[in-house]
Amino acid sequence: MNQQEAARQKRAVLVSFWLILTCVAAILYSLHTGSIRLSPYQVLMTLLGYGSADDSLVLFAYRLPRIVITMLAGVGLGISGAILQGLYRNSLADPGVLGLHAGAAFGLVIFVSFFRSLEGMISLILPLFTFAGAVLAAILIVLLAYDRHRGVMPIRLILVGIALAAGFSAVTLFLSLRLDEGTYAFAARWLAGNVWGREWANVLALLPWILLLVPYVISEAKVLDAFLLGEEVAIGIGTPVRRQRYVLLFAAVALASASVSMAGGVGFIGLAAPHLARRLVGPLHRYMLPISGLIGLVILVVADTIGRSIFQPNAIPAGVVVAAVGAPYFLYVLAKTKS
Amino acid sequence: MKGKVFSIVFVLAVIGLLLSMFLAVSYGAKEITLTTVWSTVFAYDPAVTSHQIIHELRLPRVIGAAVIGAAFAVAGALMQGVTRNPLADAGILGVNAGATFVVALSFAFFPQLPYSALMLLSFVGAVMSASFIFLLGSAAPGGLTPLRLTVAGAVVAALLHSLSTGIAIYFELSQDLAFWYAGGLGGIKWSHVQWLAPIILLTLLWTPLLGRSISAIALGHDVASNLGVQTKRIQVIAMVVAVVLAGVSVSAVGSIGFVGLVVPHMARKLVGVDYRLMVPLSAVLGAILLVLADLGARMVNPPKELAISVMVALVGVPFFLYLARRERGDY
Repeated sequence: MNQQEAARQKRAVLVSFWLILTCVAAILYSLHTGSIRLSPYQVLMTLLGYGSADDSLVLFAYRLPRIVITMLAGVGLGISGAILQGLYRNSLADPGVLGLHAGAAFGLVIFVSFFRSLEGMISLILPLFTFAGAVLAAILIVLLAYDRHRGVMPIRLILVGIALAAGFSAVTLFLSLRLDEGTYAFAARWLAGNVWGREWANVLALLPWILLLVPYVISEAKVLDAFLLGEEVAIGIGTPVRRQRYVLLFAAVALASASVSMAGGVGFIGLAAPHLARRLVGPLHRYMLPISGLIGLVILVVADTIGRSIFQPNAIPAGVVVAAVGAPYFLYVLAKTKS
Repeated sequence: MKGKVFSIVFVLAVIGLLLSMFLAVSYGAKEITLTTVWSTVFAYDPAVTSHQIIHELRLPRVIGAAVIGAAFAVAGALMQGVTRNPLADAGILGVNAGATFVVALSFAFFPQLPYSALMLLSFVGAVMSASFIFLLGSAAPGGLTPLRLTVAGAVVAALLHSLSTGIAIYFELSQDLAFWYAGGLGGIKWSHVQWLAPIILLTLLWTPLLGRSISAIALGHDVASNLGVQTKRIQVIAMVVAVVLAGVSVSAVGSIGFVGLVVPHMARKLVGVDYRLMVPLSAVLGAILLVLADLGARMVNPPKELAISVMVALVGVPFFLYLARRERGDY
């Protein structure tokens, strides 16, 4: 290990330390705030098993699953964006740009158009619809961007993604204009990125994706580094480009659509988290991927907390808070950097 | 040779436009014979009901669709040319998002505003967000690059869109905003056309003067400078023109994507990259597209209307996919 590498590693460890500290603080703050306030002391006692029955109910049945979902979805979106940006050497690539959000939204609107009611058990199959929508979008994108001689072409993928996003959005708009006011309001909140899942069952639906895919993707960091050098170089140093691209693309789609199905159409994290991570620890994916995930986690937890606590009684979806905070920072970075 | 191809294509396009406008005036919830249309135009009699329908409802609507379609298309062509970004359109420069944001604000705080005030406000919103994006792109070290402009535009658009949704959700007016956003020409009356059409047509008249310089810029900034084009100045002028065109249109009919994106590509396929020819052709093709889309939106399920943005997307998406399939990835 040379000196530069050692310095990088040291920096990555330092950055992770601070990020994890921020995460813990954000999660603790998030646990104590909401429509029923629990003091930090109450939170601590309840977590340790000494709380009152009411406090335990609020914390374990409602608040904790929601926070866990927010954490998982934040990691999923951050890493998904990092994979896509790495694969396509395009800093604009993110799950939203590639039409996955639009596909998921289409699934959601189909669901509410059919079932109308969102009460009770039936609401538990909603994630299936959003997931199916995102996967449908992903399959269509890959099929339409596929070239018999050259495989999936990066630029074409982005173009097709934009077109499909617009197509799905148009159908979604068409269907949602026919909904009654109440159902529409729910759909609109979801589209704006409202953390939807709030039960342990939802956590279980999301957890396996994150647990399986995130370590896998991080173990493939070298492949993503190779892609950054360009396709010819990647082939030259022995990376099986096409197969790896599909596997990683699938991972990105699965991470994004699983996250979006539980947390709503939160944009920006997939775009901003990798940017921030790159600025903090440089472009090597070994460091950049986990940091992207952590940044995604912090952003989503903080945004959901702000949306829930400051704008009572009409909570603002986390996606709106993410955009309101993320966009100005992103613009600042953009104005600072040379092209 | 090129000029000859252009003349033929252009004349055919103009004939196509006249035909589609004629169709759009005669078809609708109430079927009206062609002779009635003819006599309305040339011998208007206010006592006859079908004459009234044509004169008061359909004519302003069809004329509005034609000028707005032309405006969107030319705005898209100019933006694609000066940013050298084949995916640029009114949406990218934040025009739609800015207009929607201001409309969301006025829905929330001044719900009683009349339509005309809303139009003016949304125009102001469109111009403000576009200028902000443009200034932001220019202020950075290294100046205004296509990539930076696109990124800044995408980010600001996402921000404004998100804030609009936030406002809509907080004040519980999501669906009202969605209807506005979905767009439609149903509300267009003579009083709107009276000031829409002159502004758009006068602005369009300026665009052929820009054609030569934009063709040079589209080849690259170095080429343009070597040819003696004042890149910066032309960029600013073209952007101002594009933003005025798109802003006026969005304020009148809501957010209609794809016209500005698709039409310039069609025109480029037909007559090549010379913006002196491409821009006028884009105007005519854009007018045809929007007139037919509006007719389609009225005809699918009468008397109810389909949102026109949905209709345009139905045409635009497959065409765009076709373009993307042919894309060789050279830019």
